[in-house]
Amino acid sequence: MKRVEGLSKLTGRELYVDDLPVDGFLWGATVRSPAARGRIRGIRFDDSVDWSEFTVVDHRDIPGTNAIFLIEEDQPVLAHGRVRHLHEPVLLLAHPRREELRRAVEAVHVDVDAEPPVLDFRLTPDRERIQYGDDNVLKRLRIEKGEVERALAQAPHVIEGVYETGAQEHVYLETQGMLAWEEDGVITIAGSMQCPYYIVEAFEHALGRTPDRIRIIQAATGGGFGGKEEFPSGIALHAALLALKAGRPVKLIYDRSEDLAVTTKRHPSRVRHRTGVDGDGKLLGQDIEVVLDGGAYVTLSPVVLSRSIIHAAGPYACDHVRIDGRAMFTNSPPFGAFRGFGAPQSLFACERHMDRIAAELGIDPVEIRKINLIRDGDSTATGQVIADGADRVQVLDRALDLADYYERRTAHAGFNAAEPTRRRGIGLATFFHGAGFTGSGELFLDSEVHVAGLPDGRIEVRTANVEMGQGTLTVFTSLVCDRLGVPAEAVTIAPADTSLVPNSGPTVASRTVMVVGGLLEKASDDLRTRTGLPADADGRAIREAIREWHRSHPGEPLIGKAKYEQPEHIHWDDETYRGDAYGAYAWGAYVADVEVDLRTFAVSVRDFVAVQEVGRVLHETLARGQIQGGVVQALGWALLEECKWRDGAMENAQLTNYVIPTAGDVPPIRVEFLESPYPHGARGAKGIGELPFDGVAPAVANAVAGATGTDPASVPLTPETVMDLILRQRPPAGSLT
Amino acid sequence: MGETLTIRLTVNGEACDRSVEPRLLLSDFLRHELHLTGTHVGCEHGVCGACTVLLNGESVRSCLMFAVQADGAEITTIEGLATPSDGSGIPHPDDADLHPVQAAFREAHGLQCGFCTPGILMTLVPFLEANPDPEEEQIREVLSGHLCRCTGYQNIVKAVRLAAERMRT
Ligand code: FES
Ligand code: FES
Repeated sequence: MKRVEGLSKLTGRELYVDDLPVDGFLWGATVRSPAARGRIRGIRFDDSVDWSEFTVVDHRDIPGTNAIFLIEEDQPVLAHGRVRHLHEPVLLLAHPRREELRRAVEAVHVDVDAEPPVLDFRLTPDRERIQYGDDNVLKRLRIEKGEVERALAQAPHVIEGVYETGAQEHVYLETQGMLAWEEDGVITIAGSMQCPYYIVEAFEHALGRTPDRIRIIQAATGGGFGGKEEFPSGIALHAALLALKAGRPVKLIYDRSEDLAVTTKRHPSRVRHRTGVDGDGKLLGQDIEVVLDGGAYVTLSPVVLSRSIIHAAGPYACDHVRIDGRAMFTNSPPFGAFRGFGAPQSLFACERHMDRIAAELGIDPVEIRKINLIRDGDSTATGQVIADGADRVQVLDRALDLADYYERRTAHAGFNAAEPTRRRGIGLATFFHGAGFTGSGELFLDSEVHVAGLPDGRIEVRTANVEMGQGTLTVFTSLVCDRLGVPAEAVTIAPADTSLVPNSGPTVASRTVMVVGGLLEKASDDLRTRTGLPADADGRAIREAIREWHRSHPGEPLIGKAKYEQPEHIHWDDETYRGDAYGAYAWGAYVADVEVDLRTFAVSVRDFVAVQEVGRVLHETLARGQIQGGVVQALGWALLEECKWRDGAMENAQLTNYVIPTAGDVPPIRVEFLESPYPHGARGAKGIGELPFDGVAPAVANAVAGATGTDPASVPLTPETVMDLILRQRPPAGSLT
Repeated sequence: MGETLTIRLTVNGEACDRSVEPRLLLSDFLRHELHLTGTHVGCEHGVCGACTVLLNGESVRSCLMFAVQADGAEITTIEGLATPSDGSGIPHPDDADLHPVQAAFREAHGLQCGFCTPGILMTLVPFLEANPDPEEEQIREVLSGHLCRCTGYQNIVKAVRLAAERMRT
């Protein structure tokens, strides 16, 4: 099936928010904090500007609570009294002309009495830097299984390691943007977003309105990757406040440098491992500490931390595990959702550490994984018994096979011995990714979808889940077509407009196909039942029955419905962090082949193999596209993308100095799927969108380790980092050479 | 509001006369004055390539040019690439009216969010005319002037090969 919205995207007719036709609108802009932390002493407006031409909004214009509603209500819509990070929004301006607006932003001065900020999440803050609770810990979580201290005390070998990962910017190619207007007393937003109903909730709180006076419409969205999960609530509120005050539509579109400097990024991490193993490499005890940089407000950090620790012990069976997690307050713009949601950070540490253990014990990196990979009947760190019929060793074997792993390893040894200035290496990672919300999250979301039969016999799919490139519209269409036996022309997807569609939850967490797709199948069944037809009715009969139903019920809607029900096998305890953290996991094994240039210290990836078990592949080409795109985005995190900081915020805020991969930087990516259907996912599917992010950085770092005989402990592996590693090289004891 | 200059140019085959401010970017002129919003702006700095259009048949980054520099020129944007046979301005969904590069991208799924797509297509049209049988290296090189954050480029490379094949026969 071709991409549903492909034609309009290929002909330039797709309308992203900045393309929407609107008359008489004003441009909006944001005045931001010039300091990382302090008290606002005053705000001065230069006389050079005629301020009567401008709409000016500050915290006093917020009719409800001055907070962006999420897990906590600590993040103000507009700062009042004090600022907690550089670039924090303080004031909003609107004007018909963009040029004048830019000048006006420069003509507002926010005077701040600076206070000492926290700029490094790894350091214990001194008293004057405490700003959250009594220790700056935004969230603390622990997983405990067995008796780790005893296991470590008795283990023949205990191997330690500390690993770090840097921030990463999403660089969705379309920057953040919102258009707001009021119509018949309803505040309306059209914009770039993943979660329309998050914005509804944020508006209820901050604007003090009931949902019937709030309408949120997703415009075509030029990439999200998590960056348009929680962040849009704030910018949508800003646009709405300006529009309400001005009494005119307001368009608030970030340019690239503003977007890079102020929006959320992947949480930086530091992960410490202390692992007990026997002489064969069998894991006896895993003691793990995960620390994330949360930034200046709580936002989503508690749930990012949760996913991070649940994945921290890797896809391995071990009886004694303790994982301590902390998300730390710092005076940085909040870090946020980004593809993988904390799992890539802790899996980087885990998989780099597995290679370190193998090197120290002088055993093969493949063998140590094979010994420890979860078999059906084994349990994860939270005590979730895995029995999904997937064969994780087979996933690994297939990847090794496809990559010619052993042949290449031998060839590289010869190459490296003969070559004076180049080194080749091959590295692997085995990993997993839980799909859907963690623990009881899906239950809490209480998602609902509708599949409507229209009077002309067409079928309309109504969900709040959005297309942002990943193929939602196409997969939803094909799921409903298959379920009802109707042709694609008979199915339309309603726009993700909260006045038209029910709340089917956010478009995040690789849940759209698995969870919402599954609901669409049930709602399709419900629609057919409502027309009075049996389960084996064909598409033609169903469409005729829909028309017939409308003839006998004029003016009434015919809607098949489905609501989320938790599969019976899922048991989770939020208090103890024990139980079934996810309904299903996808499993992966990735192999990277790299070359390191010893003169420039640049790492190039020569070949990449990505094998994964994903339940069921619903659309082969779209699924491959998700893997390829995820791998390349993760290659950027592993090798190129480095945020440079000044006062806690990104300083290299341009695409000229924050470099993402181009077609010239990436190898062919060979993708293969294995399938072991998940009974509760749409047609057996498990989540797929985030999985590819988890296995890339460790496979690449392990390959660099193999090529250079170094022991990398952080990403990105920029040439500077690789140079440092090589120049202060001391081969670890017993390393494979 | 400062002085304005009158420019005369052809856009997608239609003549147009406008008075514009000298500092108005060509990208803003196309998007906000002519409402040809298929030309996207991803970086405003000449890096991402999303704003690429054809100026007298050659691809240029419209965020790096002023509208007045296009005076007298012939411009093609993404909206002018397909040739709807029925005069409706809307290509038919059976791909028949699409430029072969568009059709190849549709078939090979050379797009996801679509934000980078118009710019990439406007670079590929003259590239494939000049290089009817490009090597993989050449394809990757020409594409490396464009950023795509969604696809990992693999299906884009495939689509280019498919387009080249179609355009040769
Ligand atoms: S917008 Fe012109 S190159 Fe990016
Ligand atoms: S398809 Fe999204 S940036 Fe290329």
